[in-house]
Amino acid sequence: MSGLIKSSLAKKYWMAATGLFLCLFLVGHLAGNLQLFIPGEEGKIQFNEYAKFMTTNPIVRVLSIVTFASVLFHVIDGIILTVANKKARPQNYAYSKPSKNSIWTSRNMGVLGTIILAFIITHLSNFWYKMKFGSLPVDSAGYTDLHGVVMEAFQSPIYVIIYVVSMVAIGFHLWHGFSSAFKTMGVSHKSYTPLIEKAGYAFSVIIPLGFALIPIYVFLTNS
Amino acid sequence: MNLTLKVWRQQNADSKGEMVTYKVSDITPDMSFLEMIDVLNEGILSGDIEDKQNYGPVAFDHDCREGICGMCSMYINGEPHGPGRAVTTCQLHMREFSDGETIYIEPWRAKAFPIIKDLVTDRSAFDRIIQAGGYVSVNTSGNTQDANALPIPKENADAAFDAATCIGCGACVAACKNSSAMLFTSAKVAQLSLLPQGEPEREKRVMDMVKQMDEEGFGNCTNTGACSVECPKEISLENIARMNREFLRANLTSSK
Repeated sequence: MSGLIKSSLAKKYWMAATGLFLCLFLVGHLAGNLQLFIPGEEGKIQFNEYAKFMTTNPIVRVLSIVTFASVLFHVIDGIILTVANKKARPQNYAYSKPSKNSIWTSRNMGVLGTIILAFIITHLSNFWYKMKFGSLPVDSAGYTDLHGVVMEAFQSPIYVIIYVVSMVAIGFHLWHGFSSAFKTMGVSHKSYTPLIEKAGYAFSVIIPLGFALIPIYVFLTNS
Repeated sequence: MNLTLKVWRQQNADSKGEMVTYKVSDITPDMSFLEMIDVLNEGILSGDIEDKQNYGPVAFDHDCREGICGMCSMYINGEPHGPGRAVTTCQLHMREFSDGETIYIEPWRAKAFPIIKDLVTDRSAFDRIIQAGGYVSVNTSGNTQDANALPIPKENADAAFDAATCIGCGACVAACKNSSAMLFTSAKVAQLSLLPQGEPEREKRVMDMVKQMDEEGFGNCTNTGACSVECPKEISLENIARMNREFLRANLTSSK
C-alpha cells in the first residue's frame, strides 16, 4: 500500500485524479457561466440568484472545498514532480530536437500550469474574493450583485485579453492532460484510447472556448 | 562526404566535459554511423585529423553492430540513435546525412546513467531494475515443464513478444525530457505479467521494479511519447499504461 503514497507512480496517480476532477469542475463552472449570456434584468437576477445558491448550498460548499484542495494538490504535486524531473538530468544536451518526437504541450505542462495558476489567483481576487468578503450592492430582487461586478470587469480590454489568453493556456494544458490522465491511471486499450484522445481534444477546445466567449460577448455588447 | 563533427569529450566520470569539433573526410554514404566514428578515431590516432586538446580516440559503446545488443548509444543531432526511426546507431547509415553537414554527437544524459568517458555511460541502473523483479520462477528439479505446454492466448503472446523486443539501450531515458525509465521498466513488467509463467511474482515484480526504478534517480513519466518514437524497437506507450494498471492493482490487492 505504501506504493500508493511514496512512489513516483503514486504522485502521477494523484496528478491524474485531481486533474480529471478539475475537468469535471470546469464543466460545472461553464454551465453556470453560460447564464451570463441571458440579457437584461432577468439575466442579472437569475445569475445573482445562482451565485447565492453556489455560495450557500452545503453540497456545493463541500464540492468547492474539494476543488480548492484539488487545485492545491495538483500544484504542489506538480512542483514536486518537476523538481524531481530536473534533478534526473543535471546536465542538459548541447543540441536537442524534442519537436521530432513529442508535441509542444506535452513538454510544457508546467509552464502552462504556472500561467493557469496565475490566472486562478487573478480570477479569485476579481470575483470570488469580492463576493465572499467585499461589500457589494444588491440587485432589484435583493441578491448580492455579482453580475454587476462581472459586467464591469469585462468592460476593460486588458481583463478581456488576460481572460482569453488564460483560456488558450488551459486549452493547451488540457490538450495533452486530458488523455494523459487516463493513461496514467492505467485506463488504456487500443479500442477506446483513440476515443478518449478525441474526446480530450474536443474538450480542450470547447470548454475554454465557451469560457472565453463570455468576456468577449460582454465587452462587445456593453461598450 | 566531408563532415564537421561536434563530439562530447570527457576524460572520466569526474572531469568536466566539452563539445569538441572535428573534421572528417572520405565518408561514404553506405558506412554505418559507427564506421564513420571508426574513421574519425583512425584519423585521430594517425594524426590526420586534428585533435588539439589531445583527447585521443573517442570512446563509445558498441558490440554486435547489427541492431540487437543495445550497446550503441549516441545522441545524434538532437535525437537518440539519430534521425532514423526504428534503428540503433549502428544501423544508422551515413546516407541519412548530407555532404558538409555538421553533426552533434553526445552521450545519453541522465543522472542515473553517469558518464564513464566521452560517449560511454554506465547503464547498470537498468540491470538493477531487472534484478529487482525481471525474472520468473522455474522448477529446476529435473522435471522442468516445457514452456509451450501452457496455453497462452495469441493476443497476450504477441503483446508479450513485442514488449520483449526491448534491447535495453536506454534511448527512452535519453529521449525523455524527464529522464524517465518508464518505457524500459514497463516493457519488462508487461512482458512477464502477460504470461502464465510470470503469474507467481506478478504483484511483487511490479512493486519491486518500480521501487528500484525510483531509487536509481530516473524522472517521472509525462506521457509525452518521445521514448516510444525514438525507441529502436518501437516499444509501445501502451506498456506504460499497462504498468500503471499493474502497479495500482498490485498495491490494492497484494498481501504484502
